[in-house]
Amino acid sequence: MKEIWIYSEVREGRVNEVTYELLTRALDLKQKLTDSAVCAVLMGYDIPESDRQEIIKRGADRIYYVNNSLLKDFLVEPYSKVLMKLVQRYNPEIFIAPATTQGRTLMPYTAVKLQTGLTADCTNLDIDEVGNLLQTRPAIGGNIMATIKTSTRPQMATVRPHSTRPAPIDESRSGEVINVDISLAKEDIPVKKLDYIKDETQEVTIQDADIVVSGGRGIGKADNFKIVYRLAEPLGGAVGASRDVVDRGWISYPHQVGLSGKTVNPKVYIALGISGSIQHLAGMQTSQTIISVNKDPDAQIFRVSDLGIVGDLHEVVPVLIKRLEAMKSEV
Amino acid sequence: MRIIIPIKQVPETSNVKMDPEKGTMVREGVESIINPLDLYSIEVGIRLKEEYGGEIIVVSMGPPKAQDALKEAIAMGCDDAVLLTDRFFAGADTFATSYALSKAIEKLKPIDLVICGERATDGDTAQVGPGLAALLGLPLSTFTSKIVLEDGHVKATRLIEGGYEVLELPMPALITVVKEISDPRLPTLRGKQNAKKLDIKKWSAQDIEADTTKLGLKGSPTRVVKTFNPKVAREGKIIEVKDEKTLSLAVDEIIDLLKEKAAI
Repeated sequence: MKEIWIYSEVREGRVNEVTYELLTRALDLKQKLTDSAVCAVLMGYDIPESDRQEIIKRGADRIYYVNNSLLKDFLVEPYSKVLMKLVQRYNPEIFIAPATTQGRTLMPYTAVKLQTGLTADCTNLDIDEVGNLLQTRPAIGGNIMATIKTSTRPQMATVRPHSTRPAPIDESRSGEVINVDISLAKEDIPVKKLDYIKDETQEVTIQDADIVVSGGRGIGKADNFKIVYRLAEPLGGAVGASRDVVDRGWISYPHQVGLSGKTVNPKVYIALGISGSIQHLAGMQTSQTIISVNKDPDAQIFRVSDLGIVGDLHEVVPVLIKRLEAMKSEV
Repeated sequence: MRIIIPIKQVPETSNVKMDPEKGTMVREGVESIINPLDLYSIEVGIRLKEEYGGEIIVVSMGPPKAQDALKEAIAMGCDDAVLLTDRFFAGADTFATSYALSKAIEKLKPIDLVICGERATDGDTAQVGPGLAALLGLPLSTFTSKIVLEDGHVKATRLIEGGYEVLELPMPALITVVKEISDPRLPTLRGKQNAKKLDIKKWSAQDIEADTTKLGLKGSPTRVVKTFNPKVAREGKIIEVKDEKTLSLAVDEIIDLLKEKAAI
């Protein structure tokens, strides 16, 4: 039996939704890879039983659960140690993790220790005719797509969040939870977590949001940036920004989308007053739907937009907000 | 304090034009530059040196012309540079790159801190920094937005999905940094003179006592089997707002699209 592993990402003690997207990927690979099973690796401390069941109902045949108080917070060194032991014990064929800050820290750290290949931030996974994993990813700021094969095992990859839907719950599914006991010593944990400062300015973080509303220089001035928040609010969206306005101090760096900021991949990306530099496009061009509003009819952003409004955002957006708010109050 | 900063030379892609027909990037006549995200790690290193004294050694792997990137780092204020250049290194993936750089850094020991950019703008993997930490056995902080040194420890603030977390790492340590951590300075005239004078060390696979089966294309467990140009351009609808009527139409279209995509 070939095992297809997913890394179950835990944040603040709970399994994160991005895990279920990996299950969609793994279930697809399972169909294409004969005699295979989907297994989830779950590390942490007292993860709720309901979360474990949800992983099974969404597609895992088996969970390897390592429950240890020393794994309460994500720290790469002990997590990697546990992961290596699991991989060495169970020999998975494929191992995927989300391309989040956790996945992009843990996987490269672990892959070199296992002396195996790792492909970053994949947007597509497939199986070739002889059963090898085909890993497709954007490179050079999204200007090239490359398909990559790995000659060693496990074939490891991180997968871009939101590049697929979460696997649905199927109540009829069953699976087993294998409790694996892996002991950790003090020297396995050289790094101490001192603090976590939650970003209270946003309900949804920009990488997790289904809708991202971003503002660029066309917003005009710092004070006008509230129009971006006002549109994001009725949409339940997160607020993003171009590098230019972050550098001007209109909004803080965690909101920056693009090559030197974050890569986002929401259902809908709304670009307000953003010209669409190649660096900005690199951070958002895989969004499922792109809507842009810009005064300049020649703005690059229109090339990648599904809907482009050539006009003054300060005229268009207030009308849009009014309509959205009216719709909300009708419901 | 002895700081190592691994850097990479990458193609300059910021002024790249799009081919309007194919909707893809025009790659002709693209120059090579220092990876823009490495400027932040260099700046952090220089500030630490200014505060605590010591020296900064920049390390890169690449063809002989990659020394231009190292010279730029010297011009900004780094002290010494090593270029890993050898046919054995060619075609390396992130595993083989991490291995070669780790061997070079071993040779540069003792070290206090290794500072890497978040990722290179060409490969976009962000894998070499963590890979290096694993091979060198150094405690790691990725996506670091702030660091403070406190008696033998690094207090690192990491930018993660829901906010920031603060870690305490014993030194020597390896950190990868994001743009928020610093505002890179420009090269100075004196720096440029230093860069001109400096004879950049060129190390071969033998110089770093590397196992050649782990280097370059041959030592790379991953291989690109196909590349293609994504169609970035979309067949989008464009609406020009000229008056009340077109404004209302534009808003209708946005709302319809949001509904269609089940966003509202």
